[in-house]
Amino acid sequence: MTTILYSVTGLLLFVFGLFALIVCPHPLRKILGGNVMSAGIFLFLVAASYRADTGEIDAVPQAMVLTGIVVSVCITAVALVLSTRLQQAADQGARRRRKRRREEDAGE
Amino acid sequence: MAFADSWIVVPVFAPLTAALLAFLVRRASFFISLAAACLSLLAVAVLVNRFLVNGPAAYAVGGWDPPLGICLRTDGPALIMLVLTAVAGVGISLYAKGYFTLRIERPSRVGRPERQERFFWPLWMLQLTGLNGLYLSGDIFNLYVTLEVIGVSAAALAALSGKSASLIAALRYLLVSLLGSMSYLLGVVFVYKTYGVLDLGLLQAAAAPAPGVIAAMALMSVGLLLKTAIFPMHFWLPPAHANALAPVSAILSGLVVKGSFFLLFRLWFDIFSPVLPAAAFNLMGSLGAGAIIWGGVQVLRQQRLKLLIAYSTVSQLGYLVIAFPLAFAGGSSQAWSAVMFMASGHACAKIAMFMSAGTIMLHAGHDRIRDLAGIRAYLPVTAFAYAAAGVNLIGLPPSGGFIAKWMLLITALAGHQWLWAVVLLAGSFLATAYVFRVVAQLFVIPPDKPVITRRRAGLLEWPALIMALLSLLLGLMAPYPLRLLEAGQIVRTAMTMGGGP
Repeated sequence: MTTILYSVTGLLLFVFGLFALIVCPHPLRKILGGNVMSAGIFLFLVAASYRADTGEIDAVPQAMVLTGIVVSVCITAVALVLSTRLQQAADQGARRRRKRRREEDAGE
Repeated sequence: MAFADSWIVVPVFAPLTAALLAFLVRRASFFISLAAACLSLLAVAVLVNRFLVNGPAAYAVGGWDPPLGICLRTDGPALIMLVLTAVAGVGISLYAKGYFTLRIERPSRVGRPERQERFFWPLWMLQLTGLNGLYLSGDIFNLYVTLEVIGVSAAALAALSGKSASLIAALRYLLVSLLGSMSYLLGVVFVYKTYGVLDLGLLQAAAAPAPGVIAAMALMSVGLLLKTAIFPMHFWLPPAHANALAPVSAILSGLVVKGSFFLLFRLWFDIFSPVLPAAAFNLMGSLGAGAIIWGGVQVLRQQRLKLLIAYSTVSQLGYLVIAFPLAFAGGSSQAWSAVMFMASGHACAKIAMFMSAGTIMLHAGHDRIRDLAGIRAYLPVTAFAYAAAGVNLIGLPPSGGFIAKWMLLITALAGHQWLWAVVLLAGSFLATAYVFRVVAQLFVIPPDKPVITRRRAGLLEWPALIMALLSLLLGLMAPYPLRLLEAGQIVRTAMTMGGGP
């Protein structure tokens, strides 16, 4: 019973994350959405590691969760760096435009 | 014996080591990377040789057996992709050296090309690691990890040019690729819950209709289609490929999309083909048809050379997916060979095209097709390479594209699948139109054009020409890949070329 509860929660988290990733326009929200998605999958995997017929714990899904967490951290890091750089580039562009406008005003 | 067996780890570990070393020893990063690319090529040659003698090989890394350990294995299709990646790897490395050298000599902004080159080599080697790992991996979870390695390094490569447009495209690329791999991973979990195995060979034996398997295949397929940029999930590809640096565009368009496609094809035809309904194959076929037609029309509307080539990738990828229903009707062996020829021909041609476009951009300073008239006067080799690669995209003999399209067309006609045949032919017409639109510009020198002296750019021009010639002459080399496919376990039935060339 608990396994089903965990599995369903995991799938719900996946769907919520997917929704955020697709619908929210802000990069940070998208990245967080991706994180929620992966958390959902990991929960689903942990639930899958319990074998109801024998009552034992299967080690393979747990190894998969560990690997998956490492991968997810890496991707989050790269995505955060990219979105920061994007923000910097946008700020720089705005500053350059402002400066040009000021110079033009001074020229007149 | 043990030593000879361990050649199989070289295509993964040589680029991985090079990626780390290139970060540490910046001055020698090009030589380290080139050495790793050549070493991978050598290792792949050894693997091919051993495969032809001994048949498929498997190697448990570190002596840990599956399910907890990592198992690498070779078979025919994987070796063809490995050969393609290794050859393209050397070519792209040489081109990239020429590209960055010229950029550093004449920088648009001081310091920027140096910075780009510094990060290019480690990322490119990481990309090569991921691709080789994908072709060699024997279980669906390791394949997920290699997909992520490919996705992350591809997005980082796409961001290298540092312009705002390319950063936006790269972030979108990364998020799309994240979405794709998450969907794939959930599918993997479903498969594991259903069958209790992850190994491809064990899955092949275990695959039987079960409640979870359709959901699992749907999830994995959507994820991989998204990563392969198959219509209508191609929206992220043109900006990401067109805004990247030229060597990066070549890597992304030529090699990266083939990786996820290879996995998709393997899942459908090696493992789950008995489980899937015919309607699923037809659905894939209609996606392919949509890609060929819609992509082809979009190509014609482009005004910029790099965007044109990027959209042509969208269109050409359609051929890979339209092979699904045809292969389902015509049997798996025909399918593997058609798809292998299509994928390798397109990879070489697209790499050559993006290399040529990069050279043209460096020399002309822009890539507006309208203003590119007479480029062949000062870049004859590049213009020829572009045209030769175009022959493959159109599908004229003796190119690899010709053999692939011929096989698909024969299968479609033999199975009375007229609709697919019409789409295949229409795609070739569209390709003819968009290839000649650019070739006509490059080759016709307007009378009032001042004579420009030819600039020396050997490392930029020759790799492109060699890649283009490879795609062009792939048809003449056809027996070799076919032998690899025949020798494999995958292809059990004898090859029938269907009255082909």
